Amino acid sequence: MSATDLKTDPAGPAGSTDSYSSIKQPTLSPAVRLGIFIGAVVVGFAVVLGLSSYNTLAVIIVAALVYMVVIYIASRIVEGQRHAVDRLVTGMVTTFFLLALVPLVSVAMTVISEGYKRIDGEFFTSSMRGVIGAGGGIMHALQGTLIITLITSLISIPIGIFAAIYLVEYGNGNRISRALTFFVDVMTGIPSIVAGLFAVALFASLTGDAGFQAGIVGSIALSVLMIPVVVRNTEEMLRLVPNELREASYALGVPKWLTISKVVLPTAIAGIATGVTLAIARVIGETAPLLITAGYIPGVNLNPFSGQMTTLPVFSYNQYMNRGIPPEAYVERAWSAALVLIVVVMILNVLARMISKYFAPKTGR
Amino acid sequence: MSKRIDVHDLDIYYGKFKAVQGVEMTIEPRSVTALIGPSGCGKSTFLRSLNRMHEVIPGAYCEGEVMVDGVNLYGKNVDPVGVRRKIGMVFQRPNPFPTMSIAENVLAGVKLNNQRIKKSDADELVEKSLRGANLWNEVKDRLDKPGSGLSGGQQQRLCIARTIAVKPDVVLMDEPCSALDPISTLAIEDLIEELKADYTIVIVTHNMQQAARVSDKTGFFNITGIGKPGQLVEYDATEKIFNNPNEKATEDYISGRFG
Ligand SMILES: Nc1ncnc2c1ncn2[C@@H]1O[C@H](COP(=O)(O)OP(=O)(O)OP(=O)(O)O)[C@@H](O)[C@H]1O
Ligand SMILES: [Mg+2]
Repeated sequence: MSATDLKTDPAGPAGSTDSYSSIKQPTLSPAVRLGIFIGAVVVGFAVVLGLSSYNTLAVIIVAALVYMVVIYIASRIVEGQRHAVDRLVTGMVTTFFLLALVPLVSVAMTVISEGYKRIDGEFFTSSMRGVIGAGGGIMHALQGTLIITLITSLISIPIGIFAAIYLVEYGNGNRISRALTFFVDVMTGIPSIVAGLFAVALFASLTGDAGFQAGIVGSIALSVLMIPVVVRNTEEMLRLVPNELREASYALGVPKWLTISKVVLPTAIAGIATGVTLAIARVIGETAPLLITAGYIPGVNLNPFSGQMTTLPVFSYNQYMNRGIPPEAYVERAWSAALVLIVVVMILNVLARMISKYFAPKTGR
Repeated sequence: MSKRIDVHDLDIYYGKFKAVQGVEMTIEPRSVTALIGPSGCGKSTFLRSLNRMHEVIPGAYCEGEVMVDGVNLYGKNVDPVGVRRKIGMVFQRPNPFPTMSIAENVLAGVKLNNQRIKKSDADELVEKSLRGANLWNEVKDRLDKPGSGLSGGQQQRLCIARTIAVKPDVVLMDEPCSALDPISTLAIEDLIEELKADYTIVIVTHNMQQAARVSDKTGFFNITGIGKPGQLVEYDATEKIFNNPNEKATEDYISGRFG
């Protein structure tokens, strides 16, 4: 159909499917859709409350089902088949999104509502030394978590980044790099308790003391878990750096190691930093390997090389499992420690975003 | 500052695959040499072998001689990094460093090599190189802004400025105008004309008019079949190649009666 046809006959022949007038179609107005949505939610509440007691999950499911049926029929009548399917699928995707949110939101709400009770000054400034029953705090566990995570990072980040640089820049798929990739893949799947047992066995043979527990043992166990994550992520980020940049640098007579340190790494640093932060967030919440490597003590220990060291997840576990009298005090401390841990992980995530924003290559004029 | 290049019996490989065979060529100093030929015949491969960029690709290597100023680039004890400082390269797609500003991009050859340079010398070098690349007036007010914020044509001229800032003897250009509009293309052609006074220039192009306009000598590469190595079919003064070539294949290619 040419442009002149359109001008002389804007409506097109009646009923003709190639007429441009078919572009204009009646639509369900936002008000109607909102009405259907509110109606569906009301029906959802009515049905669930009518049959049993209140339950968020059930309300969402019933409301979603009602909404999808009604919107499909309404859209089918007003807008036609294609739009009806579109609205149905949109409704379905949104429902699954909401369902995915349910566990996340309810975990957050539970931890906050249970954990806020002990968020007070004493909780952060005292340890559990000599505390029986109520009171006490997580100072020793917070310090332990920070020390062990710091040592883990100091071990894992350089090893992980250099291994990734080797894989991407020097390996070229040779035997060593293929073996390294294989081991990294295997290590990614190691259950954390295995990493803990490995560290215990290693230090048992080093020190000759089968029951040797210390912060450093925990750090080694966590490193086993963290290194593969750092390698994988850094490798991916380095592969994203276009080869053209490396060639541009070589063509200026820049040697390979300077090209890597001054062109490749700065270009990829945002992604690498984000990945490292998320890897830290991943290991900071480990419980099982720390339970057997660093152990538990009620008091402060700042020396990672001797004596047991408590971390937040182990503290939480210990309070929950070994309740004294009154038990509520122990359970409250467990929840509050969990809340602090979640906040720490959240801070790390925010930090990761800020780092990647800060380092990202700047564009624009 | 410009050097004669003598290529003798050069075979270029990608692993087992021989991409270019038996190139004999003498490139005069202070001249522009154009390389033309159908896609896949090995022009880029040959160009990259002139400053040892070819071997950056895993498995790639060369056999033969490339003599510059009496030194065989592929001889023993020749440092490829040193070669690349003397023989610069501009790529088909502009590739400024995204983490660097315009001024830093120009100084990249100095800064990346950890050479110290006085602030005043650096400013002078930036201005001189950008003027040399016909870009100074367009960017002088935003030297500290990212290089990736420039237009494609400006980015390409920035890459040329970056290349001449390390003061090479030879500048190799691989289809430097293929992503550019006619005006930027003319700007770069004018630039090539000016650079000729100081540098030996080798340029790969698919644009016959461009080859005819800018070059003193032209080399025609061809390939006899898929999987066969490319060869330098004819190499002569540009006028001769375009008006009265010796080889039938050259004439067919230039007149568009190819394939
Ligand atoms: N990295 C590589 N690995 C293996 N073979 C390659 C590689 N790059 C190019 N080749 C092959 O070498 C031959 C020559 O390629 P080259 O890029 O030099 O062609 P060209 O003449 O520059 O073509 P164009 O005009 O399309 O740029 C082609 O057969 C190509 O497939
Ligand atoms: Mg090419």
